Amino acid sequence: MTITEKILAVHCDREEVSPGELINAKVDLVLANDITAPIAITEFKKIGASDVFDKNRIAFIPDHFAPQKDIKAAEQCKMLRDFSKEYNLGLYFEVGRMGIEHALLPEQGIIVPGDLVIGADSHTCTYGALGAFATGVGSTDVASAMATGECWFKVPESMKFIYYGKLNRWVGGKDLILYTIGDIGVDGALYRAMEFEGETIRSLSMHARLTMCNMAIEAGGKSGIIVPDEITEKYVKERVKRPYKFYTSDRNADYIEIREYDCSKIPPVVACPHLPSNVKPAAELFEVTIDQVVIGSCTNGRIEDLREAAEVIKGKKVNPNVRMIVIPATQKIYKQAIKEGLIEVFIDAEAVVSTPTCGPCLGGHMGVLAKGERAIATTNRNFVGRMGHPESEVYLSNPAVAAASAIMGRIATPEEII
Amino acid sequence: MILKGKVWKFGDNIDTDAIIPARYLNTSDPKELAKHVMEDADKEFPGKVKAGDIIIAGTNFGCGSSREHAPIAIKAAGIQSVIAKSFARIFYRNAFNIGLPIFESDEAADKIEQGDEVEIDADKGIIRNITKNEEYTAKPMPPFMQELISAGGLIKWTKKKIKTSYQPT
Repeated sequence: MTITEKILAVHCDREEVSPGELINAKVDLVLANDITAPIAITEFKKIGASDVFDKNRIAFIPDHFAPQKDIKAAEQCKMLRDFSKEYNLGLYFEVGRMGIEHALLPEQGIIVPGDLVIGADSHTCTYGALGAFATGVGSTDVASAMATGECWFKVPESMKFIYYGKLNRWVGGKDLILYTIGDIGVDGALYRAMEFEGETIRSLSMHARLTMCNMAIEAGGKSGIIVPDEITEKYVKERVKRPYKFYTSDRNADYIEIREYDCSKIPPVVACPHLPSNVKPAAELFEVTIDQVVIGSCTNGRIEDLREAAEVIKGKKVNPNVRMIVIPATQKIYKQAIKEGLIEVFIDAEAVVSTPTCGPCLGGHMGVLAKGERAIATTNRNFVGRMGHPESEVYLSNPAVAAASAIMGRIATPEEII
Repeated sequence: MILKGKVWKFGDNIDTDAIIPARYLNTSDPKELAKHVMEDADKEFPGKVKAGDIIIAGTNFGCGSSREHAPIAIKAAGIQSVIAKSFARIFYRNAFNIGLPIFESDEAADKIEQGDEVEIDADKGIIRNITKNEEYTAKPMPPFMQELISAGGLIKWTKKKIKTSYQPT
């Protein structure tokens, strides 16, 4: 069996499961945010359950339109707050204690290897980087799981991606996953578990693994997963508060498809409008001028991402035609960035630094685009209207390319700067 | 269950930002969401669509975000069903969970045209094109999905389950 099948089997008390089977499995953690929790709360109340299944296994994180951007958003955030008080939830994260959910929960050690996690947010697949099975679901799924502690799943087929070779300078997890999505398309892994492995992955640090698994959904994947190893062990042992278990894939496990990539041939890449699969080398896009740069999100808002951007922009200025917005993904990351002097680097470069929020990634607030404007962002989607006006455009890249572009006022590579 | 209506046709990879843009997600009121359904795919659509209409699309319909607001907006606009070549998986489960019947059929998605009148026999998985006098088959709906639709969605199904076997501790 694959790691995915093993985790699913354990959570429905079975020896084994096979792709295609429908199972009802126990969940270790259920999460929702200020967009999706309000529907989950309304639906949960309709069930008429006397209580939630476990008050310490439900995480509510207001991060999308928080700090509350308008009255309607404030009403939605209040629903999370009120429900969390009413049911005494142990994992409610108020503004000031919150962060972008998929950066916050691994950082706080709330998700552990071997977990089965569902979240009413499509980027829940991020946690596969820890060797957990994690997948995005809808609000009604969350409502039902809050009552029963269970969720229905179709066991996915697994698709293996093997990465080998040395990474080029300024190439990271974002480039590997964009390159992969560019290869297989936005539905190339539809309904499937994407298992990332190979020598390059084994030496890839946790933040880059989180970035890769985060974007599995952009290829249609049900989940992304990496078999845990020493890097996982080191990351989780200083954080987790629960026992955890490492699962591996058997040598004879079945994969519906196996693809291999020679990483030495992958340059820094950019996904062009309006699909994450529309991937081109950054060096072929120098004619594309930009109005805004966003560095942040659940994909690339971690401390290592900020370090990478700061390294490129240190001592330089943001181009006069560009607005650069930096959003540390959690309070802890923000504080660390202050300590390391990164925030000073950004402010000296005339970038703006925001409190943690998903904000502009989904065109919510803190950097919405006007008609005809163009942004390069370290976020995860470049659909029509994603960051604002339906006639605006979003290009997706890694933090170093985004920072270089901020300086040049057009899509650029870090080599041009450093 | 027989669903009959006029068709609106869309292409491949219709994402949830096109179905209901995030700028309207500061509410979850179905009536509010319905006012903006498919707006970023076709600006005029919310004004043109009528109760009982049916959407036909290509591959990967509903890709992107997990927002249940997408099938809710479609359902609240009175659209009876979506037929596509394939659905993104979170949209697929959300649709069944909220009781919006959806069908997968390559043939129907290729041959049905904008404005055609179609009739879906949900139990048999047969799609009839009344305008063109053709018949297509949909992929059979898995028994569990049929169970969800006939229960009226996941919440009613869970309610039943809790009453029969689940004991809260």
